[in-house]
Amino acid sequence: MIAHSLTQELEERGISRRDFLGFCASMAAILGLPETATNAIAAAVESEARPILVWLEFQDCAGNTESFLRASHPTVADLILDTISLNYHETLMAAAGSQAESALTQTVHDNAGKYIALVEGSIPSGADGAYCTIGGKSALQIARDVCGGAAATIAVGTCAAFGGIPAARPNPTGALSVADAVPGVKNLINMSACPANGENITALIVYYLTLKRWPPLDQYRRPLFAYGKTIHDNCERRAHFDAGQYVEAWGDEAHRHGQCLYKMGCKGPATSQNCPVVKWNEGTNWPIGCGHPCIGCAEPNFWDTMTPFYQRLPNVVGFNVGRWVDPVGLGLTSLVAAAAVLHGVGEVVRHRVGKASSTEEKTESE
Amino acid sequence: MAHVVVDPVTRIEGHLRVEAEVDGGAVKEAWSSSTMFRGIELILRGRDPRDAWAFAQRICGVCTTVHAIASIRAVEKAIGAVPPPNARLLRNLIMAAQSVQDHVVHFYHLHALDWVDIVSALDADPAKTSSLAQSISDWPLSSTTYFSGVRDRIKTFVQRGQLGPFANAYWGHPAYRLPPEANLLAVAHYLEALDWQRRFIKIHAILGGKNPHLQSFLVGGMVTPVDPDSQNALNIDTIAALDKLVADGLAFVSRVYLPDVLAIASFYKDWASIGAGIGNYMAYGDYPEDDSENPQLFLPTGIIHGRDLTKIGTVDQAMITEQVAHSWYDYSVGDDKGLNPFKGETTPHYTGPKPPYERLEVAQKYSWLKSPRYDGAAMEVGPLARMLVAYASGRPARVKELVDKTLSTLGVGPAALFSTLGRVAARAIEAQVLVESMDNWVRGLADNMARRDYRIQDNSKWEPGSWPSDCFGAGFHEAPRGALGHWVHISNGSIINYQCVVPSTWNAGPRDAQGHPGPYEVALVGTPVAKPEQPLEILRTLHSFDPCMACGVHVVDAMKRELARVRVV
Repeated sequence: MIAHSLTQELEERGISRRDFLGFCASMAAILGLPETATNAIAAAVESEARPILVWLEFQDCAGNTESFLRASHPTVADLILDTISLNYHETLMAAAGSQAESALTQTVHDNAGKYIALVEGSIPSGADGAYCTIGGKSALQIARDVCGGAAATIAVGTCAAFGGIPAARPNPTGALSVADAVPGVKNLINMSACPANGENITALIVYYLTLKRWPPLDQYRRPLFAYGKTIHDNCERRAHFDAGQYVEAWGDEAHRHGQCLYKMGCKGPATSQNCPVVKWNEGTNWPIGCGHPCIGCAEPNFWDTMTPFYQRLPNVVGFNVGRWVDPVGLGLTSLVAAAAVLHGVGEVVRHRVGKASSTEEKTESE
Repeated sequence: MAHVVVDPVTRIEGHLRVEAEVDGGAVKEAWSSSTMFRGIELILRGRDPRDAWAFAQRICGVCTTVHAIASIRAVEKAIGAVPPPNARLLRNLIMAAQSVQDHVVHFYHLHALDWVDIVSALDADPAKTSSLAQSISDWPLSSTTYFSGVRDRIKTFVQRGQLGPFANAYWGHPAYRLPPEANLLAVAHYLEALDWQRRFIKIHAILGGKNPHLQSFLVGGMVTPVDPDSQNALNIDTIAALDKLVADGLAFVSRVYLPDVLAIASFYKDWASIGAGIGNYMAYGDYPEDDSENPQLFLPTGIIHGRDLTKIGTVDQAMITEQVAHSWYDYSVGDDKGLNPFKGETTPHYTGPKPPYERLEVAQKYSWLKSPRYDGAAMEVGPLARMLVAYASGRPARVKELVDKTLSTLGVGPAALFSTLGRVAARAIEAQVLVESMDNWVRGLADNMARRDYRIQDNSKWEPGSWPSDCFGAGFHEAPRGALGHWVHISNGSIINYQCVVPSTWNAGPRDAQGHPGPYEVALVGTPVAKPEQPLEILRTLHSFDPCMACGVHVVDAMKRELARVRVV
């Protein structure tokens, strides 16, 4: 419970109603507000404390932050001013240095077990943590301190969710996902993709605020509302796949007329994301819409398992359909999704041009 | 003497730490340190060079196009692929949209709060803000009612008692100098710019599928088909959509961003003599205007030494070296040597204090950044460098016109350009020049459609069998934050070595082997500090460079052989 009776809590700590109003009056004075603001502040603080979020950036590129800024419903301005309290975010916050650090430590201390932590970027375990420090502290220590005391932790983007690009072969810094860096982290939700779609990030926050619970997750702890189906399931070019109409070269007739990119390396059949439905930048477009194959960016280890990006699926090292049928922790929706994936992969195998030799493929075909 | 540590430096991309000695109300000495390292260049080794742009792109999600562009240019040079005219136009549009959007976001969301006191805006009279707004621009959102609404929204936010990202800041600091009316104007535009950036960047979604991390780049061209008779390609509807977005971008930059910069600058003219920095400026130049081997560049290349605008030197990549005397890397040839990127090597070796730590050992090694040098000298790169080179070159003529107009509006001479404020103004001028130029490139695309030239890709070099068995290439780009270069060595179809020297390495790098400081470190010296415990003025000078630290840190490895063929864009 984030907004439970403040008066009750204050009384438990020996703070009277009179003291509380005194605090509100002094806050009004500090902020240069008229005396009449005291009651308004008291009412606001008592009635509707906004849920507190802290956003940590480690081995990141700030791409997820930028993606968050592209969200349109709600917008980040609406969220920050009206809905949530974003108490720490290095890229956006006004304070710096020790004032920034104390905003974080104070938030974590005063709201233990109640705040939501968002993490962007992987967490390096090498060189005693010296591959990423903030305020002289290692990312590993900060992640454990902050995520360890959070009501829930949202790993935003593939780096935080699965290690991402820093963890790609040969993983020079020992980069870890949140799950691996913070053992026992509570209520972890992975919003993978590179970056996570801003609309999905805000949708998760709105989901929680509206339904007062966290959404059901797939086997990689990703919300079903965004990751419950594959790209292939909802792809606008699916009819061309089923009809065997493929792009063979960049800019050819098939490419100019929006046919299937499977032969150009599309990883849509092996990638769970709602890109074809939500699209990007307020529904403007998405990668397949602009004529480029899906690169599988929402999947664990995609930098190693989905590359070379322009090689077609069954020949890609590490492509393994077996993991898709593991129903652990899946609800009915995802079982349907898994069945759809299987169907999709079957199609891939049937239409495959080239050599089929790996054991995974044999399993798929059966 | 106070030892001031600012860590984290916020409102930037990445992880930057600054330590400074402050005495007599000003910075005496400063040290710039990058505190994060990933090693993406090591990760690129052994990969398909056609995939490299996607890996390199993830160096930065703020300037999300720049490493992709530099990467495909480097690989194209190496393998001999020649992108067709439509690809050049699409890339120019994507790059310009990136710079324009990035500059606006930098000013309002990363830099403005160094100059603008949000709490003071609560005291503003909306009618006076309205008069101020209408005196500097004909932007329609300027009524008293509009500014009342913004003030009330902020007031409600503050009254609710949770200041979120605006808590613990330096509100009321004596270095804030805007009247409440101007503060309210800036806060209103902070919020408008948040909306605007989201809409303007749809140019990237149209041409790149999504933003951040566009997905339309290809070695040899672009992936977006061009065909006016298809509904699945860039067509006439696309041209119309681009026209609209470019017009909206031009309106916001020319009627909000540029007037705001001039208005705010007029209250802070003393910052035109603070933060001058190293005084050497370098631009590779960019935005090719034709498809020849050595195209005319819309923004010219050149080097300026010692603030002398009468002489422009040419850029020769062979003169670039990187040093590691104060960086957490070892060189096999000795840490006191500089190595050209083509012969560069990097062995990461952390020798700093074990975290958690209070202070870095600045006499030793203290950063994950190297120290790039041109002919042994530190160089400032970025919008100021580009605008100075263009101003001194006399082209494009629009740059000289806007720079002169800005100087006369503020009543200052050209020397004012070499300053913290000069960087802020140069960035706004560049945004204006680039957003104006976008229309030409959209027209070029439409003209090509008219003559039925739909080519987007050089397919002749797509298959690795068509490449030389061993080849090298370098690709250069003017990113929002400055001169960016990627170097690649490809052997038997895969990457042997990959290396980037990026803008924030040039600007934020530590001292070199001779003890000469980098551009941030020099620019900070003399910056006033009224309250060492609230380092607002240090942030002003740092933010004027628009730090992007994730870009700055890279790993290279030894290139063991001499260059067979080096071609530079």
